[in-house]
Amino acid sequence: MTLSSYVLWTLIGCGLITWLSRILPFVLVKHFRLPDWLVNFLSFVPITIMTALFVENLLVPHPGHLPGIDWQNTLASLPAILTAVLTKSLLAIVIVGVAAMAVIRLMGWG
Amino acid sequence: MNGDLTTRSGLHDVLPTLFGYIGVGLAFGIVGQTSHLSILEILLMSLLVYAGSAQFVITSMILAGSPIPAMILSTFLVNARMILMSTTIAQFFRKSSLRQNIAIGTLLTDETFALGMSKLNFTNGQLKPTWFNTANIVAYLVWALSTVIGGLLGNLITNPKAFGFDFALVAMFIGLLYLQIIGDRQKKIGLQLWIVLAVIIMMYGLLIVMSANMAILCATILGCLLGMVVTKK
Repeated sequence: MTLSSYVLWTLIGCGLITWLSRILPFVLVKHFRLPDWLVNFLSFVPITIMTALFVENLLVPHPGHLPGIDWQNTLASLPAILTAVLTKSLLAIVIVGVAAMAVIRLMGWG
Repeated sequence: MNGDLTTRSGLHDVLPTLFGYIGVGLAFGIVGQTSHLSILEILLMSLLVYAGSAQFVITSMILAGSPIPAMILSTFLVNARMILMSTTIAQFFRKSSLRQNIAIGTLLTDETFALGMSKLNFTNGQLKPTWFNTANIVAYLVWALSTVIGGLLGNLITNPKAFGFDFALVAMFIGLLYLQIIGDRQKKIGLQLWIVLAVIIMMYGLLIVMSANMAILCATILGCLLGMVVTKK
C-alpha cells in the first residue's frame, strides 16, 4: 500500500475540479432562474450526449484523417439495438450486448 | 422502470447500469495496476475523482510524469460535459435544499444523469433526492469496489476483454438513448432522430480535428444548438 505525494496531490486537484464541475451548476440553478432558450437548449442534452458517447465507441480516431470503424462494437450494437426495440429493458439490452460481444470475440469476427 | 421515487425504486432502477460500472471499473483497476498505481491509489482516485474516462487519462498522465496543473486542466476538459448534465438535472431540484443539491451533484455521472432523464418520463417530470441519492450512492460504491477488484486481479487477468464486459457501457448508452427517445413526449420522434443523425455526422467530422472527449463536448453543444434553433417558436 503505497501512496506517493505526487499522486495524492494529483488526485486532490483533479477531484476538486471535477467536484466543482458537478456541483456549481446546482448551486447557480438554485439561485437563478434559467432563461427559456437555455432550458430549451438543455432539453436536448440527454439525446445528444448519449448519441455522442455511443458513437465515440463505434469510431476509431485517426487524428488528421477520417475515423475508422470499430467493427466489434458496431456488430455487437445491432443485437443490443434490436433488444432495445423488442424489450425496452435496460437490463436485457446490457446482457444481450455483453453476450453478443463475447461471441464476436470468441469467433474472431470484426 | 415505474413512477415510484422511493429508495427501493432507486435500487431497482440503478441495477442494469451497474454492469457498466463493473465492466469499466474492472478494466480501470487492471489498467491502474499495470500502470504501477497501488491499490490504495486506485481506490482514492475512484473515490476522489469518480469519473471513468478522466481516470484513464489521469493514469496515463501520471505514468508519463506530467505536471499536476496539466492533469487538472485535462480532467476539467474531459469532464466539462458534467456542467451541461448538472445544469440540466439541477432544474428539477430547485425546491430541494442546497445540501441535497450538492449531494446529488457530487455523485452525478453520465449514467445516473441518463437514468434520471429516463425516469422523468415515468413520473410526470418529477425527481426526488431519495431516489437520486440511492442510485448515485450505489453506483459510487460499486464503481470504487470494481476498480479495487480490477486492481487486485490485474496480475491474473491478461485479457479482460475476452468476456465482453467492456461492451456493457456501450450497450447501456444504446439502451438509455433508446428509452430517452421513445419516452420523451415533449419532442416528436422524427425530430429527435434527425438530431441523433446530426450528432453522429458531427462526431465523425470532429474526430478528425480533436480528441474524443472534446468531440463529445462539441457535438453535444452543437446538437443542442441545432435542436434549439429548429424548435424555436
